[in-house]
Parts: sequence; C-alpha cells; structure tokens
Amino acid sequence: MQNQIGAPKQKLSFSDPKVRAWLFQIITIVAVISLGWYLFDNTQTNLQHRGITSGFDFLERSAGFGIAQHLIDYTESDSYARVFVIGLLNTLLVTVIGVVLATLLGFIIGVARLSPNWMINKLATVYVEVFRNIPPLLQILFWYFAVFLTMPGPRNSHNFGDTFFVSSRGLNMPAALAADGFWPFMVSMVVAIVAIVLMARWANKRFEATGVPFHKFWVGLALLVVIPALCALIFGAPLRWEMPRLQGFNFVDGWVLIPELLALTLALTVYTAAFIAEIVRSGIMSVSHGQTEAARSLGLRPGPTLRKVIIPQALRVIIPPLTSQYLNLAKNSSLAAGIGYPEMVSLFAGTVLNQTGQAIEVIAITMSVYLAISISISLLMNWYNKRIALIER
Amino acid sequence: MTTHTFKPDMPPPNKVFGPMAWMRANLFSSWLNTLLTLFAFYLIYLVVPPILHWAILDANWVGTTRADCTKEGACWVFIQQRFGQFMYGYYPGDLRWRVDLTVWLAIVGVAPLFISRFQRKAIYGLSFLVLYPIIAYFLLHGGIFGLTNVPTNRWGGLMLTLVIATVGIAGALPLGIVLALGRRSNMPAIRVICVTFIEFWRGVPLITVLFMSSVMLPLFLPEGMGIDKLLRALIGVILFQSAYVAEVVRGGLQAIPKGQYEAAAAMGLGYWRSTGLVILPQALKLVIPGLVNTVIALFKDTSLVIIIGLFDLLNSVKQAAADPKWLGMATEGYVFAALVFWIFCFGMSRYSVHLERKLDTGHKR
Repeated sequence: MQNQIGAPKQKLSFSDPKVRAWLFQIITIVAVISLGWYLFDNTQTNLQHRGITSGFDFLERSAGFGIAQHLIDYTESDSYARVFVIGLLNTLLVTVIGVVLATLLGFIIGVARLSPNWMINKLATVYVEVFRNIPPLLQILFWYFAVFLTMPGPRNSHNFGDTFFVSSRGLNMPAALAADGFWPFMVSMVVAIVAIVLMARWANKRFEATGVPFHKFWVGLALLVVIPALCALIFGAPLRWEMPRLQGFNFVDGWVLIPELLALTLALTVYTAAFIAEIVRSGIMSVSHGQTEAARSLGLRPGPTLRKVIIPQALRVIIPPLTSQYLNLAKNSSLAAGIGYPEMVSLFAGTVLNQTGQAIEVIAITMSVYLAISISISLLMNWYNKRIALIER
Repeated sequence: MTTHTFKPDMPPPNKVFGPMAWMRANLFSSWLNTLLTLFAFYLIYLVVPPILHWAILDANWVGTTRADCTKEGACWVFIQQRFGQFMYGYYPGDLRWRVDLTVWLAIVGVAPLFISRFQRKAIYGLSFLVLYPIIAYFLLHGGIFGLTNVPTNRWGGLMLTLVIATVGIAGALPLGIVLALGRRSNMPAIRVICVTFIEFWRGVPLITVLFMSSVMLPLFLPEGMGIDKLLRALIGVILFQSAYVAEVVRGGLQAIPKGQYEAAAAMGLGYWRSTGLVILPQALKLVIPGLVNTVIALFKDTSLVIIIGLFDLLNSVKQAAADPKWLGMATEGYVFAALVFWIFCFGMSRYSVHLERKLDTGHKR
C-alpha cells in the first residue's frame, strides 16, 4: 500500500491569495478598459455632433500667421507641420540655454553657500531662499512686463560698447557669419581634439607604467589653441562679425534676442539655479570630512584632493536630483505661454489649436513631445549615472 | 648665588573673542577671503540701496488715484486700492465675510493639531477633514440656508489660489497613496497601470495638463453635461499632483525594512490591515517633509491657472496692472504678488525643516 502524501487537490477558492490576485487584476483591467471605452465613445459622439473630423490631415494645411522667432525659414503660407517644428526648436533652444546657464550659476551659488566667508555664505543663502520660493511663472511675468517691456526704445537703448544694445525690442548683438576660413578652422578643431585624445591616452598609459605624471591639461590647452590659431593664420579668420546698426526706429543687421526669450531664459535660469545650488551643496556636504583628511594624509595637495576625491564622490549624489531639475526646466519652458514666446505650448497647443480646433490631436502631439524629451533626458542621465556609480565589491 | 628671575608673562591672546576676532576669522582670514568680502559688500551696495529707496524711502503710501503718486519710488497706493481684488477676485463685496469666516474656521480647526499635548489627534483630524470641506463649500459657494449663490467664475485672488492648493492636495494625497501602493504591488497588471499613470503625468508639464482638462475634458463627458471651469482645473491639478505624491510616498514605503512586512504577516495580518496599521503609518511619517515640499510645489504651480483664464492672485495682479487707470504699475503688482507667494512658500519650507528635525529620531550622524 502506498501512502498518498502530497498537497491536497487545489480547489478554486476565494481564500486562496493567488485566486484573489487574479480576480482583482481582471476586475481592474476590465474597469480601466471600460472607462477608456466610455471616454472614447463620448468623445466620438461629441466630435460628430460638433462636426469636427479627427485625424492629422490638418498638419498639411497652410498656417497663415506670423511667428516672432523661428530658427528655420518660415513664411505665413507654410504648413502647420512646420509650425510644430519651429515650436519644438524654440522649446529646445530655451531648454539648452537654460540648462547651461542654470548649471553654471547653480554650481557657483552652491559652492558659495559652503564658503567659510560669512558674507558670501549669507548672500548665497538669501539668493536661494528668495528665488526658489517665488513661482517661476511670476518671475517670468516680472522680467517680461516689469523689466524688459519698460526698457527704453531702440533709439535710447542701453549701449554696451556699441556692440550690445538692450532695449524694449530685446538684446541686439553682433552676428557671427561664416567667413573664408570657416571650414578649414572646423577641420583644424577636429584635428586638435583628436590630438588631445591621443595625447591623453598616451599620457595615461605612461603614468600607469612608470608613474611619471604628464601635464595633460596644459599641453591639451596648448594643442587646442595653437592648431586652430595656425589654421586661422593660413586660411584667414573663420568668422566675421556683423554689427547691429540703428536704422530709423529699429536695429538692422546682427542678431536679436527677443524680450520674450530673454525674460524666459533669465527667469528659468535664476529659478532653477536656486534648486541646483541646494543640490550641489548637499552633494558636497555628503562627502565626509574623513575623505579629505585621508587624501591629505596620503600627500595629495588641495587641488588633486578636490578633483580626484571630493568631486567624483559628490557627483554621485548630485547627478540624480540634477537630472530631475533639468527635466523640470524643460517642462517649465512651457510657461512661455504666459508671455507668448513661440514655443511648443504657446505656439502649437495655443495658436494652432485655436485655429484648427483639433484639440485631441494637438494636445496628444504636444504631450508626447514632452514625454519624449523627459524620457530621453532621463535615459541619458541614467546611463551617465550608471557609469559613475560606486562599484561595490 | 644666582637668583632666578621669571620671564614676564605672555600677553593674553587677543582677538580670539569679540566682534573684531569674529570678523577676522569669518571675513578677512586670507587675501582671497578679503577680496570676496569686499565683492559681497559691493554687490549689496549695488542692490540694496536702490531697492530700499524704491520700496520704502521714496515710495508713495497715501492716496486714492494714480495722480497721488508723485514721488520717484513705488506707488503702493495701487496695491491699497486693489487689495480687495487681489484677495477675493470678483467675489461680491458685501459677501466677503464668508471667505474670511472660511479661512478663520480653517485656522481655528487646524490649530489643535499643532498642540502636542492634544489627545485623539487622529479622530479629531479625520472628522475635521470630512466636515470642513462641506462647510467650506457651502460657505463659499452658497445656494443653501439662504446664503446667496456665488458662482465660481466670481471667485478669484488669493482665495482662489488657496482653494486650488488645498483641494488639489486633499485630492492628490489619497490618490497618490493608492498609486504608490499599486506601484509596489505584487500584481503585474496593477503595477503596470500605476507605473504608466505616474510616469505619464510626471513626464508632461502642468500647463499641457491644464490645457487638456480645459479643452478635452468637455469632450470626454456625455453630451450636455457641462463642467465648471474651476472644477476642470482642479481635476487636472489633482491628477498631476497625485503622481508626484505617489513618488514621495513610494520613497517612504521603500525605506520601511522588510522585517516590518514579515512581522505584520507573522501576526496574521492580511494585506490591507498590515498596510494600514503597520506600513503606512511609518512610511507616511517618514515622508512628511517630502509631502510639505510637494505642497510648496503645488502652491507655486497654482499660478499656472492663469493660462486657462482663472483669476487667481497672479492673474488678478496681471489684470489690474493692465488697467488703463493704473498703467505702469506692473512692477508694484508683481512685487506684491511675489511677496505673498514668498511668505507662504518660505513659511512652509521652514515648517518642513522644523518637522525634519523633530521627526528625525536616531539617524543623526
């Protein structure tokens, strides 16, 4: 006779957690799908009754309105698709300028907050506490309506050495135009960078093998200056400058940064820098003082201690929150809708939506652009973060 | 015989204490530091006197019209004249006591929660949370007990800002907790739904969400079902903010050691009871500072409703500054609005720091 030992035959019962989990998930999925279907069905009926045809055909139609700033050629007869590209480029422009400037300013203020100098320390604290507690939209409106629009007109503009002019029309500055030596200069830059990389590799290899250090930084800097300079001497200057001139009531020639762009980048930079400063401060503070002491007792000077011991460890703490600040800046660039700078939201989700009435398509496109930007920035930063992460053994 | 003569006493170490010593240590310890200090003083000299002159010394404080502003500095008369609009929007003047009463009720009602000796905080807090919104709604909106109906398009100013912020956080908190639990769930379907929901809202700017709720929400609903403009904005804000609350709460949930889950399971508690009685109370306590930061972010974000045409504090200021009778008063208006926002946000951030210190038990390094 055999003893039948084993689990009793499972019956489907509500007291089995697995069964409950399945049941619960099925109910949730059904609920979500039916909610989606309900909304979709309502939308269909509403659209039919209002006589709106859905679809992306409207992108082909001619837009018929002017845009204050476009990085690519644009005329009023161009299509909505081109308007979309212009909006996207303007968003990216603000984001890139903002990220660079906010990082610079943020690092300076963050380091200043750790300064042993009492005055500098307190000034940086005041900066951070003032600017991070005022809504970014308010700061944008302030810069735009209270600062830039109240500037004098082009004829009485603030003149900075006859090259930069700040007026109610924005910032006029010299334009850099490609001259004869432009392409040879670019080639020489590439050559210089390749040379620097090769030099650094060789120097590192020698350092590993013999322990003899090499002045990588100075030699690299020399390469970067000498090769392009030689090239410029032979082929002529790579750029020529076109000065802005006052003609009639406005400036001609040169580049102009419209006041909307100035107000937006300034406000976003100042706002985001306050947050970045706090991130930098906490990152540097997270490296314990023992690390500095250990480095000094090994005979490292203050410079290498900072570069090889403190900063690499601080960066690990700084990078993840810094990423989310960059993301916030990209998303906050949409606040331009408040002052009418022609970027994604004000141009596409504002003007185009009003003109075409294609609410669903326009909002869907706008949202997916921001999702794409968000996801790509976070992927990039995750990759970087993984590279510098502490490898625990 | 030689006599030993003592050397004279060393002079006492001077400049270790007192203001001079402090200045030497903190301001002029090296030539670089001295330079920095001078630079800082120069910055202050550049910024502070003009602001002081503009805002206080040369400012106009009394009067009723623009013509009364004769001095160089700021014209605070504008703020005085439009103060009602900045606080209440277009809420009828003789009914504004109702708004005041609502605010006082909130202050009086919340106060006991901050008294540490007060017992039964949980029960009191919950009943306050249930009762107060109902009372506040009827007080503000009216239409019952003989209170005149004030439709939401008359609401505005700081009052609207506060309404959006409080309703937003009150709605986002429970939704965010549910989402955070869903994201940590063992059931794949629930997890996927929650992750998608959270990442979607976190990936888009609030402006597009507000656009969507104002343009697309009417399309989503059955025909003929109108939806209030303020309610649309609130729905957008709640959905958006719940994703951020969820991420904060998830941080707290992850910080709870596994032993707590296992101990709760060993006691025979099921999922809901172990979550509600063991995990969440600890996790929420951990993330209170983070939640306060979320509230600050939400409070600043309320200013975005300007885009869909609601008259919150910022929009009231913008409108008032565009009034032909008060042209050129933009600076005064925005500075005032900035000051109001700053007081609220700075107050909350100080409170968050205070909480962090108070709740931080035993993790000090």
